[in-house]
Amino acid sequence: MLKDVLKILENDARTTTKQIATMTGTPVGEVTKLIKQAEKDKLILKYKTIVNWDRIEDDQVWAIIEVKVTPEPEAGFDSIAGRIAQFGQVRSLYLASGTYDLLLVVMGKSERQVADFVSQNLAHIEGVQGTVTHFVLKRYKVDGEILEGGEGAKRQPVIL
Amino acid sequence: MSAGKTEKSRKEPGLISERVNRLSPSGIRKFFDLLASMEGVISLGVGEPDYATPWHISEAAVRSLERGYTMYTSNSGVPELREETARYLKEKYNVKYEPYGEILMTVGVSEALDLAMRAILNPGDEVVMPDPHYVAYDSCVILAGGEPVMVPTSQENNFEVEARDIEARVTGKTRAILIGYPANPTGAVMSRDKLLAVAEVARRHNLIVISDEIYARLVYGVEHTCFAGLRGVKEHTILLGGFSKAYAMTGWRIGYAAAPKEIIAAMTKIHQYTIMSAPTPAQVAALEALKTGEPDVVEMVEDYNRRRLIIVKGLNEIGMPCFEPRGAFYAFPSIRNTGMSSEEFSEKLLVEEKVAVVPGSAFGECGEGYVRCCYATSLADIEEALTRMRRFVKKYKK
Repeated sequence: MLKDVLKILENDARTTTKQIATMTGTPVGEVTKLIKQAEKDKLILKYKTIVNWDRIEDDQVWAIIEVKVTPEPEAGFDSIAGRIAQFGQVRSLYLASGTYDLLLVVMGKSERQVADFVSQNLAHIEGVQGTVTHFVLKRYKVDGEILEGGEGAKRQPVIL
Repeated sequence: MSAGKTEKSRKEPGLISERVNRLSPSGIRKFFDLLASMEGVISLGVGEPDYATPWHISEAAVRSLERGYTMYTSNSGVPELREETARYLKEKYNVKYEPYGEILMTVGVSEALDLAMRAILNPGDEVVMPDPHYVAYDSCVILAGGEPVMVPTSQENNFEVEARDIEARVTGKTRAILIGYPANPTGAVMSRDKLLAVAEVARRHNLIVISDEIYARLVYGVEHTCFAGLRGVKEHTILLGGFSKAYAMTGWRIGYAAAPKEIIAAMTKIHQYTIMSAPTPAQVAALEALKTGEPDVVEMVEDYNRRRLIIVKGLNEIGMPCFEPRGAFYAFPSIRNTGMSSEEFSEKLLVEEKVAVVPGSAFGECGEGYVRCCYATSLADIEEALTRMRRFVKKYKK
């Protein structure tokens, strides 16, 4: 039940409790309670909107940064990752397998701002051995949503 | 030659065959032309998934084109696809068909239906079918030289056809029973018991049953019963299935017929002269769908179900009483309390509120008093359509 509710909200956060109640065959009160509890338990972290900023302003720079770090004896990667996650510019942060350890998705107002973040903030953190920064040239798909040209073909009026 | 003369010569008798002249000129044609010319219409009219084909399925076809798979296939279809279809039918419905001889890949269920009728009917043979029914059923029978015979169904019986009502219409000329459940336009499904009773009537009178199961995968909270899977009926059954609805592949035009060897051989004969083979890229895509498309089906069905629950509840609340459809993606509410005919209702609703539904009368006499609402459209559109229909029904309620 909880999973069903979360799936519906993940797909469209604006689905009303009344709609969810009908979709899942659960009383409205029950749905409200489930959602409240999920928010409290941090199962639901936030309700956000996917905006296609590329269409309104061009002073946004995205970068993907690979970071190689030395894991700490007890905390492993977690403590250093926790520190990096504190920076507002860091929009996503993952521990990854492969030739580097942490993968950051960073947003800034300019390439300079991102460069400053790397050289002045990231590089200074203890345990960071090296970074490789890839500036994003174009965003095609964000959080499962195709930004441009994803509308697809329109249905034709047919008789069947 | 003046335009007037052309018009006159068209009306001269004999230019068009009597069979084609008999087909009802679709009243909805005009309706859809009107729809096409309007802006801002919310359409609950088109009976197809609102999803694009899952990309991995489309990509399989794209890859095959890149490799030059652009030629005819065997008349019956790519062997691997027939094998996979046989495996699928065995696994899903425990009905066993031989891929070499008992399965024919067709241009959608539409072609399969046409072939089936032409393969089994002699002039004047009667085919019994439920009313309301999918628009092509009676036309296909007429085009094959047969006579469609209607068995009324009603909301009181959840639009399931009763075996005794079928039997009451069986004559010396009856050749076949044509059923299609889950049903277009009603969304009705048939219980296993009721299908067994139909099978018994077919057995008693030695009739062929053509079972159109294109919506088999779109069922909600019930199991689909494959007619051919019932004990002892396979030898008299033509099973029609396809990929359009379950895998969102309407435009690919790919389906199949499964039946005893003798019938498939006859259908293949017509198919090879009229079609040659089903489109090759579509067959490749269908194979990919069968092999790896199951998670897509499950996800889409879950989503249709959510919208189904919203629209059915909504229709009942706004004064368009609607039985609970357990299959396909249609709701079939009654519009009787407006006092309008279903065609009048649909046209007025389109003009006044810009919501397109299909008049139930398009699907047979018993569809009069109802409209078909396809809920394979966005939730936002369904909610907006309900708001507009509420206003409309309130205005005209008698």
